[in-house]
Amino acid sequence: MHEMALAEGILGIVEDAARAQGFGRVSEVRLEIGVLAGVEIDALDFCLDVVLKGSVAEGARIEMLIVPGQGWCMQCGETVPITARFDACPKCGGVQVQATGGTEMRVKDLLVE
Amino acid sequence: MCTTCGCGQGETTIEGHAHDHPHGHAHPHDHEHEHSHADGTVHTHMHGHEHEHYHNPDPAHAHDGLHAEGEVHYHAHQGDLHYGLGPAHSHAPGLTQQRMVQIEQDILGKNNTYAAANRRRFAEHGQFAVNLVSSPGSGKTTLLVKSIEMLKDRAQVAVIEGDQQTSNDADRIRATGAPAIQVNTGKGCHLDAHMIGHAIERLDLPDDSLLMIENVGNLVCPAGFDLGEAHKVVILSVTEGEDKPLKYPDMFHAADLMLLNKIDLLPYLDFDVEQCIAHARRVNPRLQVMQVSATSGAGLAAWLDWLLAGLDGARAARAANVDLLKRRVAELEAQLAARA
Repeated sequence: MHEMALAEGILGIVEDAARAQGFGRVSEVRLEIGVLAGVEIDALDFCLDVVLKGSVAEGARIEMLIVPGQGWCMQCGETVPITARFDACPKCGGVQVQATGGTEMRVKDLLVE
Repeated sequence: MCTTCGCGQGETTIEGHAHDHPHGHAHPHDHEHEHSHADGTVHTHMHGHEHEHYHNPDPAHAHDGLHAEGEVHYHAHQGDLHYGLGPAHSHAPGLTQQRMVQIEQDILGKNNTYAAANRRRFAEHGQFAVNLVSSPGSGKTTLLVKSIEMLKDRAQVAVIEGDQQTSNDADRIRATGAPAIQVNTGKGCHLDAHMIGHAIERLDLPDDSLLMIENVGNLVCPAGFDLGEAHKVVILSVTEGEDKPLKYPDMFHAADLMLLNKIDLLPYLDFDVEQCIAHARRVNPRLQVMQVSATSGAGLAAWLDWLLAGLDGARAARAANVDLLKRRVAELEAQLAARA
């Protein structure tokens, strides 16, 4: 996906928070990235390194919490683990599985000074 | 620059919009303040952009609903933040204490906020907006031209064309007589809701009309960016592989309708239509599929009916809303008359 745009989105969220809450340094940024969100983790890490330069979060530790994929299998009527949007249900082998978890891309929290 | 797809931001231009600075701000805001942020670095550009659109105190700005009214303006120049001007009014070195700040915000939240504003605007004006996505070369523009020609007497159509460079596609659309505006994303790999907001301002879209947004040819990035459209329509041509829905699942998952284009070429190709549709439905069980050929005209009637049905729905919703408002005005007038 477009990791540069995502990195810029993260910077925007961090800077908005810095303005609103008046902190001057961010030492850690924790992100929640779902495995179904289509984000290339290494690329995002690289882009963040570039984008955060010169900002309150320059040099901040980036921690990515990877959220596992979950889907609702219509045939089994229950939530099952999946690793891709088109995964078959691990129980019944059916493909009527709707992704319900692991699609998120969020800034969870910041460690600030 | 994005390491995955080579995209980057900072060179967006909206056609007909003169601006001679190198970064992606293509909108004539009435800024009251002055700033100098033209050094062209990624960071500085990014920040200038944010600042301009999120802290614009001008209530006349089309996106003004997104700005906090009366917000104190203490934005950064050259990428630095001026904390002395912030709410804390102080930043004493050596006295800092680490603390955790809960954020819990969607990374694409800003885009989604702009998209919601676009969607509201479309609803208010009875406009039906579709976002056409595909890989390059699927025949999107030819399909658009053909559709516009066939809809000529049945609907007003306007087009936003997204491409990295050139206004060739917008020129092709304008040749049909339909208004079109080109958005060049520069190095960007997708249109975002903010660009669309500016483009619709310039397009001067009439009420009760159809807006076709032709996204940048790319089966990856546009999937994640809501533009405020009613539907994403993914176009796949039979000269591509039937496993594309499995290779690019996000896009097929995000779409509501798939147009399988260039079916006039099927006799010359080894393309399994049924398998392709099965792959697409595996990624997205709700996906509607139509088989079309922009060249021969096959299947286009169903596609045009789908568009017109959507447009009718948008018009009806607007009309119902207008009726509701009229009734409320009448009620309030009656109340006023009773008290006067």
